[in-house]
Amino acid sequence: MVVYLLAFYVYPLYRNVDLSLRDYTVRSFVRGDAPFTGLANYAKVVRDATFGPALWHTVVFTVVSLAFQFTIGLALAMFFTRSFRLSATLRALFLVPWLLPLIVSSSTWSWMLNSESGVVNAVLAAVGIDPVNWLTSPDWSLWSVTIANIWIGIPFNLVVLYSGLQAIPSHIHEAAELDGATGWQRFWKVTFPLLRPVSAITLLLGLVYTLKVFDIIWIMTKGGPSDASTTLATWSYRLGFGNLLPSFGPGAAVGNLLIVIALVFGLVYIRAQRRQGAA
Amino acid sequence: MESLDRGRRAAGLGLVVLAVTGGLTACSGSPGGDGGAPAGAGQAAGGGTYTIWDPYPQFDDSSDWVKLLTQCGTQAGVTVKRTAYDTTDLTNKALLAAQQGNSPDVLIVDNPVVSTLVEAGVLTSTDETKIDTSAVSPNLLAAGQIGGKTYGIPIGANTLALYYNKQVLKKAGVDAAAVKDWASMTAALEKVKAAGKKGITFSAIGTEEGSFQFLPWFWGAGANLTKLDSAEGVAALSLWTDWVKKGYAPTSVINNTQTTSWQEFATGDFAFGENGTWQLANAKKTGFEYGIIPIPAKGGGTAPAPTGGEFVSVPVQKDIARYVASQKLVTCVASTGNSLTTTTTLSYIAPTEEVQATQVEQNAELKVWVEAVKAAKGRTSDDLGTKYPKISEPMWKAMQAALSGSQPPQEALTAAQATAASAVQ
Repeated sequence: MVVYLLAFYVYPLYRNVDLSLRDYTVRSFVRGDAPFTGLANYAKVVRDATFGPALWHTVVFTVVSLAFQFTIGLALAMFFTRSFRLSATLRALFLVPWLLPLIVSSSTWSWMLNSESGVVNAVLAAVGIDPVNWLTSPDWSLWSVTIANIWIGIPFNLVVLYSGLQAIPSHIHEAAELDGATGWQRFWKVTFPLLRPVSAITLLLGLVYTLKVFDIIWIMTKGGPSDASTTLATWSYRLGFGNLLPSFGPGAAVGNLLIVIALVFGLVYIRAQRRQGAA
Repeated sequence: MESLDRGRRAAGLGLVVLAVTGGLTACSGSPGGDGGAPAGAGQAAGGGTYTIWDPYPQFDDSSDWVKLLTQCGTQAGVTVKRTAYDTTDLTNKALLAAQQGNSPDVLIVDNPVVSTLVEAGVLTSTDETKIDTSAVSPNLLAAGQIGGKTYGIPIGANTLALYYNKQVLKKAGVDAAAVKDWASMTAALEKVKAAGKKGITFSAIGTEEGSFQFLPWFWGAGANLTKLDSAEGVAALSLWTDWVKKGYAPTSVINNTQTTSWQEFATGDFAFGENGTWQLANAKKTGFEYGIIPIPAKGGGTAPAPTGGEFVSVPVQKDIARYVASQKLVTCVASTGNSLTTTTTLSYIAPTEEVQATQVEQNAELKVWVEAVKAAKGRTSDDLGTKYPKISEPMWKAMQAALSGSQPPQEALTAAQATAASAVQ
C-alpha cells in the first residue's frame, strides 16, 4: 500500500512540482540538468496574457456547469422519486451520457453544433432564427462546451441525488404534510436541508471533475477560437504538449495551480463537515 | 503499465548489451568484412538488434514498409526491431528515451521536429554518421539543417495544393486553369457563390495544422515569418478573412482539421479544398471528378507551400560504433532504388529529382504535386529552427482572432508579432 502510494501518487506529484520549479528546455529535459528557478515559471504563467482569460473561463465553465448540472439533476431526481410506469427505464436512459466515452459524446456535440451542417442550426433555421456559430465564434464557444459538459454531468448528479433522496425516510414527509406544509415548503424546509450532506459531496466531486475537464473542450474547440474557450486545464496541456516545442515547466506550473484550487475547495469541504459534525 | 515498460526496457537493455558485445566480436573476427555482403544471414545474428521508430502505425508487419525495413536490416547484417508511434506522440517519446539513454538507432520523425530534437542534443549530424545527402533537393533538406549542419535525410515530402470539383466549377462557369493569382482566385469564388455553391474550405484550426495551411498564402504574399505583421502578412490574413466574411469560405474553417476540411470538400458542395498529397487516394472515392492546381501566389505563379514529411535520422548513442550499421540502414531506406517503393507506400513525393521523374512517368497525376514540392519550403528553414514553433503559435492565434471577427487582421498580427518577438529572444 505504501509502495503503491509512493509510486503512483507521491512521486508523480513531486516530479510535477519539481518540473514546475525548474527552467526546462528540451535540451535540459534530456540531460536532466535544468537549473532551479524557484517560482519563475509561476510568475511567467501568471503574467502571461492567456492567464486572466483562462482563469475566468475556468470559473465560468465550472460555476455554470455545476449550477445547471445540480439543478437539473435534482429536479430529475425529485421527478423519479414518484413511482410511475417505465420510471426505471427512463432513468436508465438518462444515464447514457455518462456511459458514452467522452470522445464519442464530444465529437457528437461538435457535429451537432457545426455552423454549416449541424442539426442545431438546422432546427434554429426551421423556426426562423439565424444560424449561430457555436464553435467558431469567440462569443459562443465557451457556452457551447459548457452546454456539452452540463449534458454529460447531469446523470452523475441525478444518480447521487436520487439515492440521497431515497435515504430520507418517507415518514418525515408525511409528518410535514400532516402539519399542512405545501409541496414547495416541504421541498425547501424538509428535503433540501436533509439532502445537504449529499448535495455537498456531489458538488465537491463535480467541482473537482469540472475543473480538470479537458477532453470535451479539446475535442470541440481546441480552446479556440483564439483562446475564447481555453481553461487552465487545456492551457496546461497546450503548454506541455500542444506545440512543436514543449514548455514542460510552465505547463506543470498551470497543472499545479489547478491542483491547488481543487485542494482549497476540498479543505473548505472538510472544514464545513467538521463544523457540521461538531454542531 | 509503468512496470511493464520498465521490464521491457530492462530486456531491451540486455539485448543492447548482447548486441554490443556480439557486434564487437563480429568486428574483430572479420575486419573489413562488414561490407554489406548479402551472405550476411549468419552475420545478421552476430550484428545485433537495431531499433527503428517511425510515425506510421497504419503499417503492420505485413506491409511493404516494414518488409523494406527488415530487408535493409538483412543487407546491413543486423536484425531490425521496428516500433510505430502516433506522430503526435513521437516527439515526447523520443525526448524521454534520450533522457533515459535508450534512444532508438534510427528515428523517423516529422521534419519540423528535427530542429527541436537537435536543440535537445538528441540527433547526430550527417557529418558524424557519414550519410550522403547530395542527391536530395536542397529546399527539402533545409528543414533538417541547423547552423550549417544536416541532421537526417528526408524520406519523402508532401505539401498542399488546391483540389477542385470540376462539376461545381463548370456550373459556375469558372476555368480552373485561369486561376493564377489571388485576384482570379477570389473572382472564381465569387462566381461559385453566385451559382449557389460553396467556395473553398481549408483548415484554420488553432494548432500547428492551421499554421501549416495558412503558410502558402502567407509566403505567397511574400511575407516572412520573422515579421508577421508586415503588409504582406496582413494581406494574406485579410484574404482569408474576407473570404469568410463574404461567405466564400464557411466559418467552420476555424475549427476544421485537415481531415474535417476534406470531409467538407468530399460532400461535393465545394468548388475548392486546400489539402495535401495524402488525400489523393480518398479523392478517387468521392464520386465526382476532381482536378488539382497549385496554390497561387498573390501576384501569380506557385506559392511556396510548407513541406510535410519525415526525416530519417540517427539519434545520439553512447556507443558510436553503432552508427556504422545505422548509416547503412538509413542509406538503404533512403536509397534511390528503394525510394520509389517507400514514397509510393507513404503517398509522398520523392526527395530526389531522379525519383520524382519516375513518379511522374508512372502517374501523370503527380505532376502538379512534384511542382508544388519543388516550390515548397520547410517551416523551420531560413535558419529559424526552434524559433518556428514560437512564431507559429501566435500566428495561428492571430488567424483565429481575425477569422472569428474578434480582431481585424492588422491588429491581430501586430499583437502576434509582439508575442513572437518576445518569445524568440
